[in-house]
Amino acid sequence: MRSAYEPWNEARGAEIIAEHDKLEGATLVILHAMQEAFGYVPEPAIPMIASALSLSRAEVHGVFTFYHDFRHQPAGRHVLKLCRAEACQAAGGDALAARAEAKLGIAFGNTTADSRVTLEPIYCLGLCATAPSAMLDGRVIGRLDEQRLDALMAEAQR
Amino acid sequence: MTMRIFVPRDAGAVAVGADEVAAALELAAVKTGIAVEIVRTGSRGLYWLEPMVELATLQGRVAFGQVTAADASSVFDAMAAGGSHPLYLGLTEQIPWLKRQTRLTFARCGVIDPRSVRDYRAHDGYKGLERALTLTSDEILADVTTSGLRGRGGAGFPTGIKWKTVAQASADRKYIVCNADEGDSGTFADRMIMEGDPFAVIEGMTIAGIAVGASKGYIYIRSEYPHAVAAMNAAIAAARRTGYLGEYIVGSSHTFDLEVRVGAGAYVCGEETSLLESLEGRRGIVRAKPPLPAHKGLFGRPTVINNVLSFAAIPFILAGGAKAYAEYGMGRSRGTMPIQLAGNIKHGGLFETAFGITLGELVDDIGGGTFTGRPVRAVQVGGPLGAYFPRTLFDTPFDYEAFAARDGLIGHAGVVVFDDSVDMAKQARFAMAFCAVESCGKCTPCRVGSTRGVETIDKIIRGERTSENLAVVEDLCNTMKFGSLCALGGFTPYPVMSALKHFREDFGPAPATLQAAE
Ligand SMILES: Cc1cc2nc3c(=O)[nH]c(=O)nc-3n(C[C@H](O)[C@H](O)[C@H](O)COP(=O)(O)O)c2cc1C
Ligand code: SF4
Ligand code: FES
Repeated sequence: MRSAYEPWNEARGAEIIAEHDKLEGATLVILHAMQEAFGYVPEPAIPMIASALSLSRAEVHGVFTFYHDFRHQPAGRHVLKLCRAEACQAAGGDALAARAEAKLGIAFGNTTADSRVTLEPIYCLGLCATAPSAMLDGRVIGRLDEQRLDALMAEAQR
Repeated sequence: MTMRIFVPRDAGAVAVGADEVAAALELAAVKTGIAVEIVRTGSRGLYWLEPMVELATLQGRVAFGQVTAADASSVFDAMAAGGSHPLYLGLTEQIPWLKRQTRLTFARCGVIDPRSVRDYRAHDGYKGLERALTLTSDEILADVTTSGLRGRGGAGFPTGIKWKTVAQASADRKYIVCNADEGDSGTFADRMIMEGDPFAVIEGMTIAGIAVGASKGYIYIRSEYPHAVAAMNAAIAAARRTGYLGEYIVGSSHTFDLEVRVGAGAYVCGEETSLLESLEGRRGIVRAKPPLPAHKGLFGRPTVINNVLSFAAIPFILAGGAKAYAEYGMGRSRGTMPIQLAGNIKHGGLFETAFGITLGELVDDIGGGTFTGRPVRAVQVGGPLGAYFPRTLFDTPFDYEAFAARDGLIGHAGVVVFDDSVDMAKQARFAMAFCAVESCGKCTPCRVGSTRGVETIDKIIRGERTSENLAVVEDLCNTMKFGSLCALGGFTPYPVMSALKHFREDFGPAPATLQAAE
């Protein structure tokens, strides 16, 4: 999906900030918008957000690092998230998670060397009655088994 | 006559192929030239049958499930010809699993088009608001109190008292905040209602605004729920277009508007004060109480913060149902609870019923045991901060106080079933690890205790000085329980201690056996 993202560009960053900076408590909204545009939150965006919202750079940086969602660097072309929470554990999710790590040759939280796939844990997608669950680039998948997981990985590696 | 077919757009149904089924049905219709309207609804909550497709008939809706894209054309033919089909389930409302429920909050979920105000109104929607507009604030609050409704987010605090506190506070502005962070594993009722009946949440929040004198509301939805975010935004836009949100709501003197905000993957942001911090654009660090959010909440203003299901229960209550609602339930747990059956379970889904049903009925009878067919060994109730229950406690009735009396909690009513292959030491370790990762960092017992808990359980798993290390875990749990500001640190001991207490055999040989071996 990376091709869909724009490369960092200060003018575009300023435009995104201007779209949201009148909202009450806009920091998360802007960080989300940055990530949606660029695929991650580029470091130079932090001081820009801070000055637009009259916050210190440290405050905005603190928010950026507190939340698991915000990326510090671009992800792989595809992001595969596997649910690691209890209902999915009960349905055999741990074995599938191990299989994904082994087949992709990376641990959770990492991106394959060819930067095709980023593998991430997620803690519950609210699909716990059709567990185990996964999400590939925003698409949800339930009743995951070895076959379906392999198909997802093949799709992500293309 | 145009055939009306219903296919869920609920994320749980989409995750198992509902979009493909809808497309295949459409194709089948085009091929045969029969006029068809495909309505994308929420889910009825019978997830083992998803994708479940329905057809409107003169006798009522009939269902087919589990339908795959490959089945679509034969299902369509059966629908068109009124013929039989192996996936035919009969009248939807007569399916025993659905018929046994008492659907007050979920009455419309899976039935209506979640983007249509007209459909919502055709199914008793906005009757609560219409009545509320004829009442005084005190009368609305009296109804909420009469219903006995307690917060469905986990803590079970009486909703009427919370609203009254905010109504009595004076301030230049007040806020209504909907907690849609639903981070507990095994829970999905908030997601379902936001996707399947979003106007119920909007109506409940609007009534709250009128009752306490607030004109602005926020719905804080976790980022893991993109479908719910889209559904809520679509419903808010529709409500604005039809005069149900904005200035002069349905011609009254009241103004109320809503905005969706999206979380960013922090479990602790489900805790109400952490959520408010996050809404204000800060790190989700838990605030000390007092002051209560009802006095000083969002941006320091009096704030009603309730769970999605608490708000969604309000329309029924305000539409003249306060007494009827209170007649369901047991003890101090009044009304119905949308219980979520999940994990390794044969018939998983959304089961709304009066409080009082036992855990055993839920797991064995309604849930049908495990889908692996192996014996049920442990059931975690109430998410990652909830206790693990063994079979011997299956007589526990679903009731806030009964669960507390057995060192557990019902929380947001998620029930996660495990079969006999579960390793309870691993589950205890996970509870500590989850706490360590998600801790907001404010209290030492939570932040440091959980990390030490992981290390200590690892030693136990390796068989190092088992009884000494078990004592260390117990100590850590006590420190966390009494030295934590919020329930993340305070309740993580529930899953850990319950695993230890009820499944001791998974933590290495007991001291007695060791002595005998010497
Ligand atoms: C760590 C933690 C996570 C929580 N997560 C949620 C949640 O996801 N949704 C929710 O409604 N309440 C959650 N709560 C409970 C809220 O703090 C609060 O009690 C609730 O929003 C009040 O609404 P209610 O009275 O309608 O239940 C959580 C509490 C803690 C301590
Ligand atoms: S118990 Fe944990 S999550 Fe809760 S306030 Fe303390 S450190 Fe934060
Ligand atoms: S626990 Fe995996 S989807 Fe809920």
